[in-house]
Amino acid sequence: MAERFLLRLLVNGVEREAAAWPMERLLDVLRDGLDLTGTKEGCGEGECGACSVLMDGELVNSCLVPALAAQGARITTIEGLSSGGALHPVQRAFLEQGGAQCGICTPGMILAAVRLLEQCPHPSESEIREGLAGNLCRCTGYMRILEAVRSASG
Amino acid sequence: MVGAAVPRKEGRAKVTGSARYAGDLRLAGMLHGVTVRSPAARGRIRELVFDPAFPWSECAVVTARDIPGENVVALIEDDQPFLAGAEVNHAGEPVALIAHPDRYMAERARTAVRVVCDELPAVLSISESDTVFREFRIERGDLHEAFGAAAFVVEGEYSTSAQEQLYIEPQGILATAAGGEITVRGSMQCPYYVHAALKRLFAIDGASIRVIQSETGGGFGGKEEYPSILAGHAALLAWKSGRPVKMIYDRAEDIFATTKRHPSRSRLRVAVSRAGALLGLDFDFDLDGGAYCTLSPVVLSRGAIHAAGPYRWPAVRVRARAWRTNYPPHGAFRGFGAPQSLFALERHIDVVARIVGVEPDELRRRNFLRQGDATATGQVIGEPVCLEGLLERALSESRWREKRERFRQENTASRVKRGMGLASFLHGAGFTGSGERRLESSVRLEAAPSGRVQVFVSSTEIGQGTNTILSQIAAEALGADVDDIEIVPPETGVVPDSGPTVASRTTMVVGKLVERAARALAERIAPFRDGRSFAEACAEAVAAEGRIEATEQYSPPPDVEWDDSTYTGSAYGTYAWAVYVAQVAVDTVTGETRVEDFVAVQDAGKVIHPVLAAGQIEGGVAQGIGWALYEDVVYDRGRVANARMTDYIMPTSSDLPPIRVFFEEHPYAHGPFGAKGIGELPMDGPAPAILNAIADAAGVNPVHVPWTPERLLEALDG
Amino acid sequence: MRGFVPDYELLAPSSLSEALALVEDGCRPFAGGTDLMVQLESGRLAHKRFVLLWKLDELRGIGANNAEVRIGALTTYTEVRRSELLRREFPLLAQAAAETGGVATQNRGTLGGNIANASPAADSAPPLLVYDAELELVSRAGIRRRPYHGFHTGYKQIDLEPGELIRAIILPRGRSRWRETFRKVGTRNAQAISKVCLAAAARCEGGRIRQIRIALGSVAPVPLRCVAAESALAGAAAGSVPDFPMEARPVSDIRSTADYRSKVARRLVEDFLRSLG
Repeated sequence: MAERFLLRLLVNGVEREAAAWPMERLLDVLRDGLDLTGTKEGCGEGECGACSVLMDGELVNSCLVPALAAQGARITTIEGLSSGGALHPVQRAFLEQGGAQCGICTPGMILAAVRLLEQCPHPSESEIREGLAGNLCRCTGYMRILEAVRSASG
Repeated sequence: MVGAAVPRKEGRAKVTGSARYAGDLRLAGMLHGVTVRSPAARGRIRELVFDPAFPWSECAVVTARDIPGENVVALIEDDQPFLAGAEVNHAGEPVALIAHPDRYMAERARTAVRVVCDELPAVLSISESDTVFREFRIERGDLHEAFGAAAFVVEGEYSTSAQEQLYIEPQGILATAAGGEITVRGSMQCPYYVHAALKRLFAIDGASIRVIQSETGGGFGGKEEYPSILAGHAALLAWKSGRPVKMIYDRAEDIFATTKRHPSRSRLRVAVSRAGALLGLDFDFDLDGGAYCTLSPVVLSRGAIHAAGPYRWPAVRVRARAWRTNYPPHGAFRGFGAPQSLFALERHIDVVARIVGVEPDELRRRNFLRQGDATATGQVIGEPVCLEGLLERALSESRWREKRERFRQENTASRVKRGMGLASFLHGAGFTGSGERRLESSVRLEAAPSGRVQVFVSSTEIGQGTNTILSQIAAEALGADVDDIEIVPPETGVVPDSGPTVASRTTMVVGKLVERAARALAERIAPFRDGRSFAEACAEAVAAEGRIEATEQYSPPPDVEWDDSTYTGSAYGTYAWAVYVAQVAVDTVTGETRVEDFVAVQDAGKVIHPVLAAGQIEGGVAQGIGWALYEDVVYDRGRVANARMTDYIMPTSSDLPPIRVFFEEHPYAHGPFGAKGIGELPMDGPAPAILNAIADAAGVNPVHVPWTPERLLEALDG
Repeated sequence: MRGFVPDYELLAPSSLSEALALVEDGCRPFAGGTDLMVQLESGRLAHKRFVLLWKLDELRGIGANNAEVRIGALTTYTEVRRSELLRREFPLLAQAAAETGGVATQNRGTLGGNIANASPAADSAPPLLVYDAELELVSRAGIRRRPYHGFHTGYKQIDLEPGELIRAIILPRGRSRWRETFRKVGTRNAQAISKVCLAAAARCEGGRIRQIRIALGSVAPVPLRCVAAESALAGAAAGSVPDFPMEARPVSDIRSTADYRSKVARRLVEDFLRSLG
């Protein structure tokens, strides 16, 4: 049996800490330990991307990151995107373009889109499709999601 | 309001991550519940062996013996238990429930119980089955004469595999049972179905049961009837333990244990004249219902009625049967039987066209239903049918003629062969036959002192934007703003039963009731308008008159008669019509098919919200593409063998082409502002359009959905 | 989560030598976790003690001298994709990295982890075989180098001594004028386990194949270097498709059939041979 350790990380710009098992999923630490339920569990296998967060600036599936590996990391979740009630441009674009239907894939999808646009400010359609290929959506057929990303890329 | 892409009411919470789904809900003292399931597809339970080393005193355990009321999942037949007693009839059948305060211990507890079972031989195909859940016959005209007179009689057999709904949010329920009251919250499409099921499970008064829908991450039918089982389980554990209990399936359990689209087998014989006039259809339609009846009769019914497609048949005979097997019960999935029968029909029509020597679009054109024609059930189509116009538009938008010509030439020298395929079809909106009448749906609108109008319906937002659409309808009828309308969160006891959120009925049937109630309310508020905004006038009216509310209950449109005993009459109030075209590229080296372009043209009556409506079609087409090419539930001796997202393959953003959606509007007289239901329509067209395109491209005869690369290569080489 | 999380130890050493001591003590290596965490989730992670390698810089980095390129075992697929050197000189590896999982998986999946996981369906394996990769293995006893070819000794079995870790993957430089191809046939376009995966490279001169390398994934218990086929094809006319033996022994599983895999594997090779003309 392992021992819980004190996980300290920067979440959405705020220093947070939680007691965690070493192999506990970062996903569960965020949702249960820190009550940030915006990050979702869709599959637990790193296939659907509903659990995507940014870790030290890179997109990761938080269901595959053990807590110990997140020690000292800088995490951005969906809750960290809007500041003071103002929506992030990508959030606004999803809202305006119908990029969210049931919304369960949306937090992960938005973070993936944010990261994509950081690396590639004016992506082509195929670059968008490839950049989001790790985020599954069952509702939209991706059309409005692509539209939202295009719209946010200006 | 209506017809405009107003900002979506539910949208902000979803893009900020503040929407709370079942898994996000917490209650103090909550336990985690898990299900112990049968390892065998069929057998007699000898005993449950509990590992003595496990601290069982920390757990609540429930078996069939604990059930206070009836161990029956109320639906159509009373054949499915909440928990298996002496026998099991499918792999994964629930046998016991365990709850523990710690989620990891709950999972460990699950593996600390062994279900000891004497296995019995399992029935694992339609052909092995000898028990029918339900049978329907639709007959019209003289089949014998039709086949006698035919220049060609074309036979074909087609089949479809099970399909998993794969909503990205797995099933989940949080239940409390305290002070004689049971409350369940969670992911669901039909709160009143869950309510009815819990009433019988606990044998208590309906007033003691509250069912509340929480934000639901996709349903597609998979959360129509199944949540009743999960809610019953969570509630039983809550009742036994005296603590709140949360049960969330992980993906593996969800895929393994919940309902799937009914696998089907269709055998068709079509009689056709030399000129390409369809003379007769003999259609044997068989569904695999799985171990329990669940919704098979209704799925079968819809499948049987749609089997004749959008054509004029002088003679038809559809013999439809749903068979019992030992697979986990199959259930509701968008389309609900129609995708299966329409796939077979539309694939077969292409085969007929080829034999007659007529182009696939021309054969259809010659046989489309028109206003005044009768369907297979004898329903006289009273409205204009725009199929020819839809066909022309689809052919034009897809550049059908030009591309087919070009592909024919290019294909000879290429190992990647391109082709085009089309499907023309219909989808009946609302419950079949006398279903809507039996539902007796009702809605209530109340004017609030604040000046807003509250809408009380049991319709659930599951991604389709129903809150926004109903708000638009209400606002338009009231002369108000969308922001003046508030949709009350669906909770039994608070909202009336407007029927389930299924069957492409929410906008059309419930929306119509909302429109009528809104108009009634508008009349009461009209005297106070006098240059004021709606909200001001409404507030004034309430201040002056006290309670202002309107309730509307479903009444069938005039001249809509259905006879359940003869299975004749008007099966649906109206049909949405559609023509879809797929362009594919088939790699003859690997057998892989890529859909390069997809055109979806349909008549929706009236488009209430352009973005939401297009979103429904785009999403449905995506599910149809997955089903056509690679979504396959693989079974191993009755157990789902590919119960992970790694192994059950749905389309990613890299797999789909642009899905180009076009609407025509031929208003339905009894729909709100003319709207027809379209939620399931897009599921019917993609599979036949794509398989027809593959036939066009590669010269093979695809007869099974999904038409995988393995099957394609075998057909190419064979 | 079907694994009993509290049972699992994960230790974070601050140096490679500390890590090696833990490995000698029975801890198994944990890199990005993209395979191990999936096993944990499904309740199939039998081993309970792991050493987290992720923070160890000694296992990172892509370096080069005239003779060879050295890729640290912890190099992620994303880093492979971003390396201009690898894209230019070892494009099949960069392509395989781009077709493995999605962006999030590529950010955490490592080459070393992929090799150690030893799946016959690993997409990085065929390119490594084609490029005559070598592995640098390190333990407290010292460093050993061996060819990657033959490292997989059986289904999910590798030639790793107790106490050893994969430290780096070495790719010999100096190939020029090789024609190369990477073809992955998966269940869908992105984020798919391959049904068949081909990496092939050939150097032709004077209208004949002088050197050829063929490697296949998902058609045998191990990533397969098709030595017999290579021998049969050496000296063949460039662009011709002579008969050649396929050592593939694919199985039928939930993803595909043995028949399909055999057929498609052969055809992909034939396609490549034709392209040399």
